[in-house]
Amino acid sequence: MSFPWANEYTPKAPLMKWLDDRLPLPRLVYGAVGGGYPVPRNLNFFWNFGVLSGLALVIQIVTGVIMAMHYGANELVAFSTVEQTMRDVNAGWLMRYAHANGASFFFIVVYLHIFRGLYFGSYKAPREMVWLLGLVIFLLMMATAFMGYVLPWGQMSYWGAKVITGLFGAIPVVGEPIQTWLLGGFAPGNAALNRFFSLHYLLPFVIAGVVILHIWALHIPGSSNPTGVEVKGPQDTVPFHPYYTAKDGFGAGIFFIAFAFMVYFAPNYLGHPDNYIEANPLSTPAHIVPEWYFWPFYAILRAFTVDFFFVPAKLLGVLAMFSSILLLFFLPWLDTSPVRSGRYRPLFRKFFYILIADVLVLGYCGGAPAEEPYVMISQIAAAYYFAHFLIILPLIAAFEKPLPLPGSITEAVLAKHGLTEEKTVAIEGEAAPVPAE
Amino acid sequence: MATLENSANEALSTEGDGVRRRDFINIAAVSFAGVGGVVALVPLVNQMNPSADVLAQASTEVDLSGIQPGQAVKTVFRSQPLFVRHLTPEEISKADAVDVSTLRDPQTLEQRTVDGRKEWLITMGVCTHLGCVPLGAGEGENRGEFGGYFCPCHGSSYDTAARIRKGPAPLNLEVPPYKYTSDTAILVG
Repeated sequence: MSFPWANEYTPKAPLMKWLDDRLPLPRLVYGAVGGGYPVPRNLNFFWNFGVLSGLALVIQIVTGVIMAMHYGANELVAFSTVEQTMRDVNAGWLMRYAHANGASFFFIVVYLHIFRGLYFGSYKAPREMVWLLGLVIFLLMMATAFMGYVLPWGQMSYWGAKVITGLFGAIPVVGEPIQTWLLGGFAPGNAALNRFFSLHYLLPFVIAGVVILHIWALHIPGSSNPTGVEVKGPQDTVPFHPYYTAKDGFGAGIFFIAFAFMVYFAPNYLGHPDNYIEANPLSTPAHIVPEWYFWPFYAILRAFTVDFFFVPAKLLGVLAMFSSILLLFFLPWLDTSPVRSGRYRPLFRKFFYILIADVLVLGYCGGAPAEEPYVMISQIAAAYYFAHFLIILPLIAAFEKPLPLPGSITEAVLAKHGLTEEKTVAIEGEAAPVPAE
Repeated sequence: MATLENSANEALSTEGDGVRRRDFINIAAVSFAGVGGVVALVPLVNQMNPSADVLAQASTEVDLSGIQPGQAVKTVFRSQPLFVRHLTPEEISKADAVDVSTLRDPQTLEQRTVDGRKEWLITMGVCTHLGCVPLGAGEGENRGEFGGYFCPCHGSSYDTAARIRKGPAPLNLEVPPYKYTSDTAILVG
């Protein structure tokens, strides 16, 4: 797809030749994630998280479809059918724990994937569309995760639904009709539960569709790499298969070890005990918190406690929370530095680590109760979050003196091992390794 | 064949003024389909609004006779919590002592209660921030620093007239429509 030296798909078996003339699906797969996709030879383990995100999506769809076979989307039975799945259905506990922890793992790998992109400048030209589609996937994931969390119809499910749909109620004039429309009532009830179930089943497939676009857009310029220097020739790349299928396979092994540990030994560690109490519209849990992956955004939402002119604090919080994500859509045009990788941007790198610390602080405050000192800390951290993208990044791009870039990916790889290009011709023999098939 | 020739001739003959019969038909057909498409969206969107059974809102009757001064009860109206509170004289004077113009949502206790029955404060138990149930109606619950209600979700504090005093909530707790059916009973809704 991307480079002229990509290996071409050449079917050998008669059946595959016959198929290739009629439906070249194997050709498409070969070019997309097989030997036909040339990838920079220097990708490090941070490049595993794209494939791992795809793996997490598959886990969620498989366990989710199975869970739906045992679930009743009605406020009278939802809670008990989930408990039946846990206690009575064969391996039901495994499906549910895998699905619940799978959501967390999906967000873990996606967050690492996003911060990989932030550090190595993967969002910059010519990969803006890859970044934008990734953000669309992220938004869809958040909507899906939120609706999925409502389905067990526990206390956190119910009150989470009420608080999050209440966000729309903050919009002037049309807010309340929108909230009522979303819920199909004045408070979360059967109508809301049913539509959330319907959409929770639909959206993962929409995500899968956008993932295909995300990969398609990626394959036009080809993958980025840790140096940020573009591929210059065949010597800079290796075929995706077997080189990165092997590396991603190793990453998947690590992923499954961590995943299995959580599912089998700490399945409720990331959950809330309150969600094992059936939804009760008359009693709010003492401490409503969303799932951990929403904490940084929840902290931004709660950081606004005073009105600003005629805009009520509630609306400000909602606007800030949504803008904290929408802001990222403008990132490719906010960071104007021509150097992609943080490796060669000494000043950017420092602020990148501060941003990570800032997001972690926001996350901690989002999970903490709404009292001092957390409110004050969230306010400072939220302000810094916006300042990073709107002020600091453009300023760094203007004033930073980047380190000298390597001439090519190959040069950077060889320099790491104390070699120069001339020496390696003798050592490697051939510039572009031929994949073993 | 005849129609084809006709339209071809027509197209040629009207070439001067720039609009052919076919352009008109094209625009008309696409517009018609477009309007039809939009109209078809209306029921698709509207089906998500509350259904008739949800809208058939039952009104709630509350018996006030058993509620002592200082006490409050929590009941249900439109599947949401309703607070009925019998204020003590101290709570009333505390609410009256506040300078209304300093409030975020300026209202006096009189405006929030029925004439001559200032001691009965009837409000929704739905925080105007994001819809949690504030604490303070139950026995021994935290009433916040203004002695009314306290929302545990994001820390909004309401005073003894259930007016917002501190925290992110923009408005006072909503007073639903209600009337006295006797000296000791109200009908909400």
